Amino acid sequence: MTVFRLSLGVALAVVLLFLTLPVLAIFVDSSPAELIGSLDEPGALDALWLSLRATAAALALILIVGTPAAYLLATRSFRGKALVITLVELPLVLPPAVAGIALLAAVGPEGILGGAVEASGIELTLQTAGVVVALTFVASPFYIRQAIAAFASVDRTLMDASRTLGASEARGLFRVMIPAALPGLAAGTALGIGRALGEFGATLMFAGSFQGITQTVPLAIYDRFSTDFESALALSAVLVAVSAAILLSVKLAQGSEALGVAPR
Amino acid sequence: MAAAAALLVLAGCGGDDGEQRLVVSAASSMTQALTDCGPDFDGATVRYSFAGSDELAAQVRQGVKPDVYAAANTAIPEELHADGLLSAPVEFATNELVIAVADLSSISGLADLTRPGTKVAIGSESVPIGSYTRELLARLPGDAGESILANVRSNEPDVRGIVGKLVQGAADAGFVYATDVEAAAGRLRAVGLPPALEPDVTYAAGVVEGAKQPEPAREFLDGLREGGCADALAAAGFGTP
Repeated sequence: MTVFRLSLGVALAVVLLFLTLPVLAIFVDSSPAELIGSLDEPGALDALWLSLRATAAALALILIVGTPAAYLLATRSFRGKALVITLVELPLVLPPAVAGIALLAAVGPEGILGGAVEASGIELTLQTAGVVVALTFVASPFYIRQAIAAFASVDRTLMDASRTLGASEARGLFRVMIPAALPGLAAGTALGIGRALGEFGATLMFAGSFQGITQTVPLAIYDRFSTDFESALALSAVLVAVSAAILLSVKLAQGSEALGVAPR
Repeated sequence: MAAAAALLVLAGCGGDDGEQRLVVSAASSMTQALTDCGPDFDGATVRYSFAGSDELAAQVRQGVKPDVYAAANTAIPEELHADGLLSAPVEFATNELVIAVADLSSISGLADLTRPGTKVAIGSESVPIGSYTRELLARLPGDAGESILANVRSNEPDVRGIVGKLVQGAADAGFVYATDVEAAAGRLRAVGLPPALEPDVTYAAGVVEGAKQPEPAREFLDGLREGGCADALAAAGFGTP
């Protein structure tokens, strides 16, 4: 029995060491002051600003379209629903390079919808708009999946009560469902932001890499890897800090969800 | 723990089964040629890692030890040699910088690239194809170089990225090696540059200090100048230094 417990402890120690050591190593070589100092160059700041803008735009699209879609999937049953949910979740497990190729094949200049995209006057490849498309493609399943779960776990009687009192479904969605599902939606939002900020392969293949236009933080890190390791470390440190903050906010959101249930 | 280590070895396809494995880090532009000649190498089983010369050099600096390092220029191998990380570099091939355009494109020279709205893809500053391109643009008379740089829409980490953007129609023109256009024959067309402006493109390679297979590594290096891989490079359109 003690051997069993010991091996459990060893396994946890190995997991912790393996997962935290590389992350900690980013901060070991250089002091915080040095890290911040090497961020002070136009390329790094442009990358941070672009990542922020593109992620915000992708997030807006995901929330506006993804929320009602998730609500529909959570509250209706229909034939083929499982298939629809699987299709929506597919980008979760797609390798980024596949996402890049898929976007090119679909909406790239030579893609099946390339003509339509061009006719509409929108340029995606090698443009910031293309970055937003890539981020939206890879990040939206993270939000939608979480949102479906959040809506599905809302007590049905709440919505029924609001309908009985004469509220329309739309009013019910905004006044009852979204507030009740908010912790889950917030957690999904945070996961989506995390995925969008970290996107690399699809962005490089579909949108290219140009400072201030398409070079997001992960692309800037790759660009600096060979020439300016210090600055690559600094940008990586920023992403680690932001990602940790995001994860923490997910935990807090889920914590308040637990709290919300507790007082009953 | 032991099981985890065993799994890692399994993932690495076997480990110590007596077979010698030679790891070669080579510039992306040699992907086709070296892949073709790799199986013919007698000394060992060759495993390639293709990427931008600068990325591969950065890996060596971070302690990644391939046996052979082959770059698309002489500068990076010289630097590695000066830092004690590579044997004295050997020049083994030359290439040519060209403008690559889609097969049916109307672009016929540098002047077309200066037109506002032309979408140009080049290599990023740190990768050899990018520095050759900037070297060329700096030699152009007047503000032609500036105008072309203003049309650059993507700084790609290696030549494969540039070729991909051209083949997919995302960019109108790009600066790549003549051999890249040859490899994408039928989809891309090369537009030659005035010989006087062409940068001197020479490839150099060396044995990485601390290589696990120094002997086969040296043989491979010789083969790049004379032998199976030299022939494959010539067939792919590379010249001899």
